[in-house]
Amino acid sequence: MIERTGIPKAAEILARYPSRRSALMPLLYEVQERDGYVTEAGMEEVAEHIGLTPAEVLGVCSFYSMFKRTPQGKLLVSVCTSVSCMVNGGEELYAHLRERYADDPDVTVEEVECLAADDGAPVMQVNYEFHEKLTMDSAEQIVEDYKAGRKTPRSLSGTTVRGEGP
Amino acid sequence: MTATETRIVTKRLRDRPDDSWTLAAAKETGGYDALRQALTMDPMAIAEEVKASGLRGRGGAGFPTATKWSFLPAGVEPRYLVVNCDEAEPSTFKDRMLVERDPHQLIEGMAIASFALNVHHAFVYVRGEFALGAERLAAAVQEARADGLIGPNMCGSGFDFEITVHRGAGAYICGEETALLNSLEGFHGMPRIRPPFPAIAGLYAKPTVVNNVETISTLPAIITMGGEAYGAMGVERSRGSRIFSLSGNVNKPGNYELELGLTFRQLIDDFGGGLAGPGPVKFFIPGGASSQWLTDEHLDVVLDMDLVTQQYGVMLGSGAVMVYNQDACPVRVALRLAKFFAHESCGKCTPCREGTGWIEKVLYRIEYGEGRDTDLDLLLDVGDNISPGLNAPFSQTTICPLGPSAVSAIVSLNKFFRDDVLKHVKEGKCRAA
Repeated sequence: MIERTGIPKAAEILARYPSRRSALMPLLYEVQERDGYVTEAGMEEVAEHIGLTPAEVLGVCSFYSMFKRTPQGKLLVSVCTSVSCMVNGGEELYAHLRERYADDPDVTVEEVECLAADDGAPVMQVNYEFHEKLTMDSAEQIVEDYKAGRKTPRSLSGTTVRGEGP
Repeated sequence: MTATETRIVTKRLRDRPDDSWTLAAAKETGGYDALRQALTMDPMAIAEEVKASGLRGRGGAGFPTATKWSFLPAGVEPRYLVVNCDEAEPSTFKDRMLVERDPHQLIEGMAIASFALNVHHAFVYVRGEFALGAERLAAAVQEARADGLIGPNMCGSGFDFEITVHRGAGAYICGEETALLNSLEGFHGMPRIRPPFPAIAGLYAKPTVVNNVETISTLPAIITMGGEAYGAMGVERSRGSRIFSLSGNVNKPGNYELELGLTFRQLIDDFGGGLAGPGPVKFFIPGGASSQWLTDEHLDVVLDMDLVTQQYGVMLGSGAVMVYNQDACPVRVALRLAKFFAHESCGKCTPCREGTGWIEKVLYRIEYGEGRDTDLDLLLDVGDNISPGLNAPFSQTTICPLGPSAVSAIVSLNKFFRDDVLKHVKEGKCRAA
């Protein structure tokens, strides 16, 4: 059970909107940053900030695929297999990476829809950082570079490591 | 003669590839000059320039921008501008480029639009996966505010203007404007029944204009050039330039900004370096995944939003063009698109929620050798439940166009590749593989 540790940016986020409820998604991102996924404790805190029930927060949270409600690997590798990547080897790349990291608790490989980088097909994101024009080897090398600390990943929500951005 | 690009919206990011997103680069290339000019104009005169330019929405529907603005009821305050940067239409990748590489142009366009519409608080809904885009845009907003270009008393005009950057979280449906507004309000991103239209009751039930990133990014150029000069480019009712996202089996995929009125062949050959792999072009999808398809006999069709819809039943949509060579299997492409729509259907309307799932299942069994003789007719029947008549422009039994979009590939398969489908069924395997 993860303790409630507060959302330091809550007041600043709430102030961005004319309506408290609009802060729901940004606050969920904050919780995901803090806890590594959207925890129940986190959803309760968000509910209190906004004046909703935790069930209402869960209802919205579960609609969006970028809010993860189970613990994740440190690296989220999202491989596009949509129609431009498909004819450039995206499906094979996804199968390869999924197989390669099947037993690696640090790496979660997921199949995603078009990432709006078709001119770089096949593409993947690692914690929402784009990597384009991949081969099986180059994609694996990129993941290994992140694992070994030769590249610094974004956080799991894609916010920068410096914590900037919305 | 080889056609050349008409770089207006993409000028800065092409000229300054190393720092186009910074305030310094923006200022050195005339950034915010158009805003200062606009702030000396009567707000109505700005709207008149936009009207004279003939600018139409670049997000997909192609609705005239000035007309959309004119629907805001007079005297109802507050009112909002919401910029749609939830770009997720498969094969479309122009808005990501614009927000990552020229956020100041977007901010300047938003400020111009907001001054024209008397909006004091605008929002940008950025697709969640665009981490770099959201980061650069947020940084650019901070820079611009610190410099007095926006914020209280923007550019010393006495007009207060704030921008909030809001990240989505992975739902294609939020690119539909009313679903986007629900999401921005902290609800499920599900479309709303219209009327009321957003212009009357949009964000927080206030009058709201929702415009696409490219549409808004074009405004500084329209102010600088003058609406008439911008509108002098183009063909028929498709005025000016727009960005085409070219991908698939082409040698040089990419974003190309072209004056409207060139042909698909020019786009593919002169800019895309021609077809990659065995020719001729087997088929291409001319306006994002939601559009019906065309084949090599249509390559000389002109890039004119109305012509392609009226004569060929397709759309220029989001300006994405996906090209496939003879090795590509149309059933497999249709299946992949069906999987997308089934995954992204929000579940609100029964015909779409159920229909997209069935389309995926039936295409799956055809592709994997379990198809039945009647499957193509079954697909058309399911499609007809979502989009009665199966015509374009489509009718729909759903609140938003996602459902009918899922039918486009089925109709295209039936129109051009009936033999391919039947061969899959008969031989139990893919001919292209």
